[in-house]
Amino acid sequence: MTVWHIILIASIAVLALKLIGYAVPPSVLERPTPARVANLLTVALLAALTATQTLERSGDIVLDARVPAIVLAAVLFALRVPFILVVIAAAACAAFVRVLGWMP
Amino acid sequence: MTAPNRAQHPVPDAPSAPGTAVRAALGVGLAVSAYGISFGALAVAAGLDIWQTCVLSLLMFSGGSQFALIGVLATGGAAAGPAAIASATLLGIRNGLYSMRMSPIIGGPWWRRLLAGHWTIDESTAVGTAQPTLRAQRVGFWVTGAVIYVGWNLTTLLGAVLGDLVGDVRMYGLDAAAAAAFLGLLWPRLTSRQPVAVAVAAAVVAAVLVPWLQPGLPVLAAAAVAIVVGITNALGRRAI
Repeated sequence: MTVWHIILIASIAVLALKLIGYAVPPSVLERPTPARVANLLTVALLAALTATQTLERSGDIVLDARVPAIVLAAVLFALRVPFILVVIAAAACAAFVRVLGWMP
Repeated sequence: MTAPNRAQHPVPDAPSAPGTAVRAALGVGLAVSAYGISFGALAVAAGLDIWQTCVLSLLMFSGGSQFALIGVLATGGAAAGPAAIASATLLGIRNGLYSMRMSPIIGGPWWRRLLAGHWTIDESTAVGTAQPTLRAQRVGFWVTGAVIYVGWNLTTLLGAVLGDLVGDVRMYGLDAAAAAAFLGLLWPRLTSRQPVAVAVAAAVVAAVLVPWLQPGLPVLAAAAVAIVVGITNALGRRAI
């Protein structure tokens, strides 16, 4: 499977999910369980991705400059700083910690 | 879940409502478009070329799914393809719910709903369903969708070109930027006890499984937390 295959298959799947919603009757939404599972699925996947992007390196858990960066990001999001500024601040924090040699 | 009811019983059309909808759409659209830059740069850092990065934004056009795909590819490479596809697809399920909510608002011929489908994302649905009249709902949806589609794709290209020039990812802290981007997508969803509990549990499950599973699979395993809690409605509000 090449990267192009991965990109095209995933894109078609995501697009198909959007289109399916316009084809099914809206009454499906009135059942609470599917709606709740879908919303929580989004939360769980984003939380898991946050954790792995912060801690994973070559198939192992490591504590490096990404940890102080994500803590800073959480504080800034809590203060309602805009997304793009938080992302830049997190990158700058990690780069700074590495330049100073505090963490890898 | 009030949107479909609003669509069926809109209040009498206030003349100023579509103008308000356009302003909301422009504000949200321009703000969201800006973080296409971070997506473009991170996609190139994950090993995609500029074309592949741009095709993702043009065709997939859903921030969460796009970040998930490149996140898994960044750690596992093309060998993690099935997990990358599964993560992106699972994150895309919520768009299907948005489509169901927007369907009675959009109406019209099939080709209009086809285009609406492509542009049905968090922001266009949020701005659209927040408007008080049917006309303003349509204006809000279409303007938000159009602004973000154009803006997201332009900033993706810009970010990919910049990321290509930057080279070494870790030196500039781009790996930390990826983590912060996921946290930023997650943050607005932590509105009550149930999603917070699911988020913490999913993060712990994924982190614990990292040393034991192939790249990408810990994230999919964490999805099980959402399914269990969603079906049992543990820690949730009682249905009204």
